[in-house]
Amino acid sequence: MELDFSVVIEYFPRLLSGTWMTIKLVILSIVLGAIVALPIALARISKNPLISTGPFAFIFFFRGTPLLVQIFLVYYGASQFEAVRESFLWPVLKEPFWCAIIAFTLNTSAYTAEIFRGAIQAIPEGEVEACKVVGMTKAQMYRRILLPRAFGIVLPAYGNEIILMLKASALASTITLLDLTGMARTIIARTYTPIEIFLAAGAIYLVISIGVIYIFKLVEKRQNRYLGTLSIKVPDKG
Amino acid sequence: MLDLHGFGDQLLQGASITIQLALSSLVVGLILGLLGASAKLSNIKPLQWIANFYTTIIRGVPELLTVLIIYFGATTVLMSIASLFGYEEYIEIGPFAAGVTALGLTFGAYATEVFRGALQAIPKGQHEAAIVLGMHPRRKFFRIILPQVWRVALPGIGNLFLVLLKDTALVSVVGLEDIMRKANVAVSNTKEPFLFYLVAAFMYLALTIVSMMVVYYLEKRASRGLTRG
Repeated sequence: MELDFSVVIEYFPRLLSGTWMTIKLVILSIVLGAIVALPIALARISKNPLISTGPFAFIFFFRGTPLLVQIFLVYYGASQFEAVRESFLWPVLKEPFWCAIIAFTLNTSAYTAEIFRGAIQAIPEGEVEACKVVGMTKAQMYRRILLPRAFGIVLPAYGNEIILMLKASALASTITLLDLTGMARTIIARTYTPIEIFLAAGAIYLVISIGVIYIFKLVEKRQNRYLGTLSIKVPDKG
Repeated sequence: MLDLHGFGDQLLQGASITIQLALSSLVVGLILGLLGASAKLSNIKPLQWIANFYTTIIRGVPELLTVLIIYFGATTVLMSIASLFGYEEYIEIGPFAAGVTALGLTFGAYATEVFRGALQAIPKGQHEAAIVLGMHPRRKFFRIILPQVWRVALPGIGNLFLVLLKDTALVSVVGLEDIMRKANVAVSNTKEPFLFYLVAAFMYLALTIVSMMVVYYLEKRASRGLTRG
């Protein structure tokens, strides 16, 4: 077996442009996913079944089915309906990029909502009681105490979710997007050097993962810095 | 009601392939996980390095890429090994074998961490008691340690199996005739993508629910020796 890594050098700029596409996909869907996830998590916690059933079903569907099915449902499925093809949404839904963003956002928001829920429920009851005792309204309690606390608890699990999203973003290549995996497959179709190019792509994913882990270690340290002096243990709940 | 244009049978056949793939990968992954955990906890440094290298690489690379590397790369690697022994014919591995290898490797890497935690959770006294009773190390492992590791590791392993079940869909990309691939075929024949992908989604959902029930039953069974309170 002869491996010829000069193709990796030759096509490196194209792999980098694929990397940039991957990073765009991940950042956009993570940010949008977090925005969608917060109300879902809050509704999921509600004791009123009318409010919590919908989010429960949403989370169950998106966590229980493969992301590949979800992407195909958005990208190919939406075009089945005349009404969609004639609506104002069509310019968005015919673009593979936006279809990937929609599928990724919905998918990651289901996972993120569960992480948020775990974090909010991990806050000791005493802090909720303390908020009530000092006369905070529910909105104040969430904004000032519960959400900032939850943010600190959430960080380790959320870092994992970003890495899972990074890896899941490789599925964008199945709907013709030239992300890192898609670009690697295109290059291989031309050069027929699957091992070299796929290994190079894998190495780039690995470098990004390590970068994300490092950044999260820093943020975690900062967010939970008050714990250092008080020596309170943060519940390790995901 | 639901008109599947006669593709219902095909989808069920696909489900059978999906289940076979998931269970085969589970077996491979459990073995790799136990080996990986033993290697990480062993005193032999090179074994620890290999296990750490394995879990870091596999967990940092997308599952789709692992499937593609195995499917397209294994042929080259196997042929070059075979040619060392003077075998020059073309060797090809099918999508099923590639899928089991890739998903088994992925499952094994995550299971390594789960088993490592479980092995460390077994109190030292259990080891000592088994040795005092004069058990051979292998007997100690199978009779005393493994049943307890199983109980501690089950929730984690159950979650990993649900992830594995969904990852099987990726192998359709290299042409395995699973639920996803059958749905693709049905879509190209009927031009009803939404219907068939939704049916596929609910088939995966049904498999997920069944797996959750099995895991729940196994967890109950595994902790039957424990009295609460």
